[in-house]
Parts: sequence; structure tokens; C-alpha cells
Amino acid sequence: MIGCPEIADKLMTVEQAVSRFIPDGSQLAIGGFSITRNPMALAYEIVRQKVRDLHIVCHSHGQALDILIGAGCVKRLEIAYGGNGRYAPTCIRFKKAVERQEIEFEDYSNFQMSLRFLAGSLGIPFIPTRSGPGSDILKYDGFSPEVRKEPKVASRKYAKVRNPFRDETDEVILLPALTPDVSIIHAQYVGDDGTVRIKGLTFADVEQAKAADRVIVTCEEIMPRSFIREDPDQNCLPSFFVDAIVRVPYGAHPTACFNFYDYDPKHLTAYHESASDDRKFQEYLQAWVYGIPSWEKYLEKVGIDRILAIKANPTIGYAPGLDRK
Amino acid sequence: MTGFSDNEMMAIAAGRLIKDGAIVFAGTGVSMLAATAAKRIFAPRAVIFFESGGIDPSLSEIPMAVADPRVMSGTSVNSGLIDAFSIAGHRRFHTIAFLGAAQIDRYGNLNSTCIGDYHRPAIRFSGSGGGCDVASFASEVIAFMQHEKRRFVEKLDYLTSVGWYEGFDSRKKLGLERGGMTAVVTNLCVIKFREDSKEMYLSEYFPGVSIDEIVENTGFSLDTSRAVEAAAPSADQLRILRQEVDPQRLICHV
Repeated sequence: MIGCPEIADKLMTVEQAVSRFIPDGSQLAIGGFSITRNPMALAYEIVRQKVRDLHIVCHSHGQALDILIGAGCVKRLEIAYGGNGRYAPTCIRFKKAVERQEIEFEDYSNFQMSLRFLAGSLGIPFIPTRSGPGSDILKYDGFSPEVRKEPKVASRKYAKVRNPFRDETDEVILLPALTPDVSIIHAQYVGDDGTVRIKGLTFADVEQAKAADRVIVTCEEIMPRSFIREDPDQNCLPSFFVDAIVRVPYGAHPTACFNFYDYDPKHLTAYHESASDDRKFQEYLQAWVYGIPSWEKYLEKVGIDRILAIKANPTIGYAPGLDRK
Repeated sequence: MTGFSDNEMMAIAAGRLIKDGAIVFAGTGVSMLAATAAKRIFAPRAVIFFESGGIDPSLSEIPMAVADPRVMSGTSVNSGLIDAFSIAGHRRFHTIAFLGAAQIDRYGNLNSTCIGDYHRPAIRFSGSGGGCDVASFASEVIAFMQHEKRRFVEKLDYLTSVGWYEGFDSRKKLGLERGGMTAVVTNLCVIKFREDSKEMYLSEYFPGVSIDEIVENTGFSLDTSRAVEAAAPSADQLRILRQEVDPQRLICHV
């Protein structure tokens, strides 16, 4: 495994991955869900490199989304839910950006967004669903007609059509496929052959990765072929989908990574307070993003007490008894 | 002092509505407490699942979000969003979805998106998440609400998740063949919906709560003619809630 020759061209640092694959204006899909498996190391690096005008497409997102919006990286957003569960029922910087009209946004639901990624991954232009009749999601466009002319934006939010396979009136909603420029994912394992394994829930990460032009995966561990091929039923993405691989232990902190560590309730609570105030939020970014020269320094700042407190019991998947207030 | 918290009463009142063997789609907060209470107390064969993809977790500790690693532990299957929503709407199963929202109207339509104009909102909330989806195709929806006039409104600022839409058979006319809201559990009472018009009526008021208090906190007229007092949680039920469901008192205490 030393040197990992099969993936030598894909192994890189977060700095390299972001500068190579995430230019200004990219359409970006973020893996994970609210307070689990957010690719935080990549999100912080996107902020550090001052990437601008991102168009984020996501279902339910939390910490990484909020940091990117708060740091001014996001121009446009298609979203179903912005929240950190009990730690921020609505993501704070997302909420402020919408209320202050600082970003262009359009609402869908979780299933609708997941289906749109699925359609993108299948190479089909749209996909039908029965979710949404009567909802204002179908009543209000978020984007203006000018925005709809842009290449990565669907020309309409949805279309309602009659089911062509039934005689009677039966209407279904068609949703436009999503094909992001880049998907970023944090996984537990990547094999030294590039195969990706996600433990716990995959959310829509696999659909997002398969729908995208480029995929960056950060991971807790790079594993030998003997491990990753011994139980291939556990794997979710073959190597050829993956363009960049970065080993970043604790790379989802302060969100959780099943079997490795829990979310960090103290950090999320402190973030909530910082994010609620513009000046404090800038101080937070300075302290945790701009002022951090390396991931080692980030983890040093998190501190060994927190690292141990959130360390997961590997058979339970989380940190039992963790103080979560 | 009645000896139990609002969230405890809500969890027990909602738990009573769950039939054994039901497939329950749970959200966060008090709905998580209610789903767990239902399984431990009223419906041991109920299956709890989450939109994030966790099916039938052990719930040894109460999750703080639908993507909490606690919804992935001790599960029968760990999957993803598309699997979870396909279960919620599956024709073979009777599914019950627990939802919360910022606003509700007399027909059980929910707003979890914004207050004020959609494009220039005074207050922005999280958005639909899976709310719109399960409201479209779960067999039943039970909503959890704080009972306040500003939340029980004549007209929603944004209709995120459809309930009985405009009443009578208007939901069906939208093409939604099953489902609809069956109950609203608030910190004051349990509300149900009339068979014909699908308008809300007061079904049960909680011990220590007056009907007047409920009417005063509802932003539209509410039929109270059928209201009865709900039974308080038993000592045994409270013990299970406090010692087994939420021993860290993350949600029970409110």
C-alpha cells in the first residue's frame, strides 16, 4: 500500500483538490446531511481559497453549507432544508443570507432533490414524482427568468404532465436532472485502489457523486486492497468515479462520521452563538478557518479532550453518553 | 404543577395514536420522543424510520437530528433518502409521518419555509426537508405544534406540506390518493379533523389546560363541542420516558 501506485495521480492535499477542481462559479453538490459527514476540511479550504459564486445544489444541509454561505462563497442555492437539527433548527448564516437577499435561492423537497441527482446519475433529462401537488414549492419560482437562462440552471423549476400510460387524468410532476460540476464527499474509507466505502447512511451521496463531472473524496483512512476487496458488498463507488482523494482524519468535524466520531455538541453550540452575530462570525472564521495553517493545527485547536469525548465506540457507531446539551 | 412536562404529555398523547405494527417516519425534537415512546409503551412492533435512510434503529439514545449517528445504530437496514421516501409512499404499507412546522392552518397544511414574502422573507426557516414529500404520500400525518396564535393561522405565509388542502375532497382532487393529516398534538391539546369538511376540531385538552386557553391561542374558530380531557401520563409511562427513552433529559424536560 505504500505509495498507493494505483491512485498516485488522485492522492492530493485539500489545497490541491480545491484549486484544481473547484473554480469560481462551479455548481457544487455537498455530501452528508445536517450534522453528519459534512466534508468540512474541503469546505474550510474553499473558504480559505476565497472561491466565489458557487451554485450549491443540496437536499438537507447543515454545517458545511452554512460556513460556505457565511464566508461569501455562495451566489446561488437550490435546497430542501438548511439546518443542524437541535443545534440550529435553521442554519444561521443561511437564514441571514436569505433574509438579507444576499443569495439567489430556490426551494425543493428532500425527495425531489434526491430524485434530481438520481436523474443526473442515470443520464436522463428529468424524472417524475408524485411529491408536491398543492405545495407552494410548485407555486413559487425562486430564480428569476434571467437566472433561468444560465447553462447550469433548468429553464423551468418543474413541469406537470399527464401520465402517458393511463387514459384517465393522472398528472405527475417532472423534475429537471442535476449534473453538478463537482461533488464533494467525506467517507470513512477509500481503498488503495480508489474504491469508496461509506459506513452508516449514504444519504444521496452516491447519486450526487455519479451525477457530477468531478468527484472529490476526503476520507478517514486509506485502506489496503485486502480490506476493501474482502467485503465488496460494503463499497458504494468504484474508483473511476473519483478524481481526487485526500486522507483527512476527523475531516467532518464538528459533524459526525459514523463509527469514527460523533458530532461535537460543544462546538456546534458555540458555532450557533458565533454565527448569530456578524462580527463574531468573522472572528469564528478567523479562528477556525483563515488562521489555521494546517489540518493538524485545526485538530490541535479542537483539543484532545474534545477528540476523545466524541470518539465513537466502533461497534455502536457513536459516542455513548456524550454530553449533547 | 402537574408532575410532567409539555413534551412528555405530547409524546404520550401522540404515542397513543400509533397502532401496533405501524411504520413511523419520525422527525426531530418532540416527534422523536413521541416515536420512541410509542414503540416502548404503546406499539412495540411499530417500526421507526428516518428520511435520512435509517430503518428501525435501536434508539438507545435519543437522536438530535434525522442524520444523527444514533439513527444508524442497531438498524435493520441503513440506506439513503431515495429508499426512505419510497418506503414512506409505498402502496403496501400503512405509514405514519410525524412533522413539525412554524405555522398550521385549519386544514392541517403546514409552513416550514418562511414568514412574509417568499423572496424577501421576514423570517426564513429550514424549508421542506422531507415534509412536502411525506405529506404528499404517507398514509397519515401527525403534526407537532407549539400552540400559539401566530402559529395557528387563518392563512399560511407559505404552504410547504399539504394537509387537507382546502378541505372536503380537495386533497384527492390534487391527485393525492391517500394520506392527509389525522391529528395535531400541541402543548395544550390533541386536535383532529372532521370527516366531511376536514376542518380541525378539538378532540382532547390536556390536564390543567382550559378550553378557553386553547381557543385564545388559536388564530381561527375551533369547534370544541366534542372535547374531552386527556388522561395524564401514568407514573409507569413517565418512568419509561425518563429512564429508558430520554435518560439524558435532552427533550423530556421542556
